[in-house]
Amino acid sequence: MTDVKNPAPQDGAEKGNVFLRVLKAIGRFFKNIGKSIGSFFARLGLKIGRAFKKFGQTFIDGSVGTKMSYFICGAGNFYHKQIVKGILFLVLQVAFVLFMVLCPEINNTPYGWKALQNLALKGSPTTYFDPLTLEKVYKDDSKLFLLFGLVTITAIILYIFIWIANIKSSYKSDQDVKAGRKPSTFKEDCANLLDGRFHILMLTPTCVATLIFTVIPTVFMICMAFTTYNDFDMNAASDLYYKNLFHWNGIINFTDIFEGNTTLGSEIGARFLPVLGWTMIWAIFATFTCYFGGILLAILINKKGIRFKKVFRTIFILTIAIPQFVSLLAMRNLLSGQGPVNQILQNLGWIDTAIGFLGNNTTGDNPYVAKVMVIVINMWLGIPYTMLMTSGILMNIPTDLYEAARVDGAGKMKMLFKITFPYIIFVTTPYLISSFVGNINSFNTIFLLTGGGPSVTGGTYVAGETDLLVTWLYKLTIDNGEYNTGAVIGIFTFLITATITLITYRRSKAYKEEDTFQ
Amino acid sequence: MTNSNKKFHGFHLTQRTNNILSRTFSYLGLVLLSLIWIIPILWIVLSAFRTEVNSDGDLIGIVVSNYFPTQLGFDNFINLFTNSFYGVKYAFPMWMLNTLIIAVVDCIVSTFLVLSVAYCMSKLRFKLRKAFMNITMILGLFPGFMSMIAVYFLLKSIGLAGNTAETAYLNIIGLILAYSAGAGMGFQIAKGFFDVLPTSLVESAKLDGCSNFKIFLKIILPMSKPIIIYTALMSFTGPWMDFIFAKVIIGDGAPECWTVSVGLYSLLFGAQSDANFFTQFAAGCVCIGIPIVALFMFLQKYYVEGVTAGAVKG
Repeated sequence: MTDVKNPAPQDGAEKGNVFLRVLKAIGRFFKNIGKSIGSFFARLGLKIGRAFKKFGQTFIDGSVGTKMSYFICGAGNFYHKQIVKGILFLVLQVAFVLFMVLCPEINNTPYGWKALQNLALKGSPTTYFDPLTLEKVYKDDSKLFLLFGLVTITAIILYIFIWIANIKSSYKSDQDVKAGRKPSTFKEDCANLLDGRFHILMLTPTCVATLIFTVIPTVFMICMAFTTYNDFDMNAASDLYYKNLFHWNGIINFTDIFEGNTTLGSEIGARFLPVLGWTMIWAIFATFTCYFGGILLAILINKKGIRFKKVFRTIFILTIAIPQFVSLLAMRNLLSGQGPVNQILQNLGWIDTAIGFLGNNTTGDNPYVAKVMVIVINMWLGIPYTMLMTSGILMNIPTDLYEAARVDGAGKMKMLFKITFPYIIFVTTPYLISSFVGNINSFNTIFLLTGGGPSVTGGTYVAGETDLLVTWLYKLTIDNGEYNTGAVIGIFTFLITATITLITYRRSKAYKEEDTFQ
Repeated sequence: MTNSNKKFHGFHLTQRTNNILSRTFSYLGLVLLSLIWIIPILWIVLSAFRTEVNSDGDLIGIVVSNYFPTQLGFDNFINLFTNSFYGVKYAFPMWMLNTLIIAVVDCIVSTFLVLSVAYCMSKLRFKLRKAFMNITMILGLFPGFMSMIAVYFLLKSIGLAGNTAETAYLNIIGLILAYSAGAGMGFQIAKGFFDVLPTSLVESAKLDGCSNFKIFLKIILPMSKPIIIYTALMSFTGPWMDFIFAKVIIGDGAPECWTVSVGLYSLLFGAQSDANFFTQFAAGCVCIGIPIVALFMFLQKYYVEGVTAGAVKG
């Protein structure tokens, strides 16, 4: 990581077939993905096969206690007189069985085996009167069916882990006895948790939290894309659809966007490519303007002989420290039709009518003005951050690189393009990738500045001119109640970000040498 | 390049004048940029202190007649703190308090989670380590907004979202859970910091019979002050800065459980918004801006360190 290895020559001859090279690279990428997916499943199959074999073998080799622990968790531990551990396993098993059999209910919706049944999403439109509010309440709620079904599946997976751990622990004690050692006591196990198995103690809270608050919600939303869940159908209360009830719908939501069979499908299909295009343009400009702007600003501030470096730096840090929604809303008001900028321009006589800088004044606003303005305002937000980040890296560039270049008669510009930029890009590739992905999903900037405007005519569901895929997702779900179609857009967004990240990140040095760089 | 070099030689500028010229331009550029960066902030601060009133005697939001305030005072702040918004008395102080509670708890929980995950990923080697890192990366690629709605349903089903005034505290617990649950996945920057700490230290401690827990507590943590402060700063300021997550999770709850960003946004764009609230909105911005800016300035050194580490580790 200390020096730049021959910054790639970017001469005219090579620039010509960059396009071809990119195409080839993408082709190779998909070929490789196909290959690695194939080998992944092959390896997975082998692994599962081996695991089953090992489990059979363990059952045959194990003591009576180990054999028992296949059916009753903790039996093996009791057999080896590890009472506390045995009780723990037993309690977990009993709790799980009770959870599955008794099906505790929240909001009239059961967990347990009934929740698995409910995953078929065949709720019935039964109603009852709430004695408190005296309102008609629908008993079945498909949202909760799906959610609780997923929670139950998670519980089953967790139980399988516990079950395996129980067998393993018993088998380990078997082998300890065979080797003439005493099976570990509960105290020793606890001590081991602080040493050899410390990672389990440290990672468990995060794993559980991630499972509940990230994995389950993500899977839930993916499932949503394959259902009939939208407010329109649910309020129509036809024979098929009742309030709070939706059904599995196959891939119709996906095909509808391409075929345009319904109004929703055709409206979304018509706007999908333009929005995708703008999202990519936005992400490219937002990432690189902030990136290079920040580097240039850092160079300017850190220039030899410039005084008050700290003062300048503090001014720019100020914009980072101010909550983004404050500065974004301030900008929105500053540039609104009634705002000071338009007033000043009008008073100066430069313009007659207010300019819709951010496209939220009238429907006739120029979309290009709004698009340029969001990128410019994003520079205002992002440049200070890159400036701070690259200042430190600038100091680390070995000065002998510049000395050598000077001796060779390189000008300042040449040094900037041949030493400074390549060095910084080399070091910050992971940041560039993650900020690119972050910009694809940059909700706040667009939502708070333009709200997607200027609006586009042509229906209820069409995205505005500056809407990104994420803000469109918001509009579809929160404003229109089209949860299923919103989820489809979300899945597309994921596929795009995943492809970009996989292509770039897996090729970057930082990823390959993650282990060695220490 | 060679062309431009020739041009410069043609001017016969001495090194000295050249330097002075470039320095003057640099100063000019910096001052100009500083102005661009500071004016919007100045405008918001100035708006917070404007007290022009209309014919009804109400405060005017965006004053169109003059750019510079003719009357200055603390009226906006007094109004903001004593008036009722959305039918709730002392709404703004309540929002501030809610956010403060969320920020403090989130700060403690998140810092703990981030440090523990980062240490495991950096200094311990175990099965599934690489798998864990890949999974967190893939999960991070889903639009965060997508799972937000599901988190809302999840919290609502156990009564921790969309609450009424009486159970507003449940909503706050829900938001704390939602904020800190995802914290552990943002371990990359702290991991980058731990990666640079000498592994030899850990190894020699291991030879002396130290357990991993002791190494973490006695050796790693005392060396990690910068990253602890950086993580704590980020997670403390998160709830003050976040808007959309709070809006989705508590937006339909009673105004008593809103955070400051949801509250301020609703002054300008909510159901009972009013253009004349603008100066009070600005006053609210100043109220939350000043403590956070002060915190940033005070901890600038650590912040810069964290940001620089983040550059390399993404």
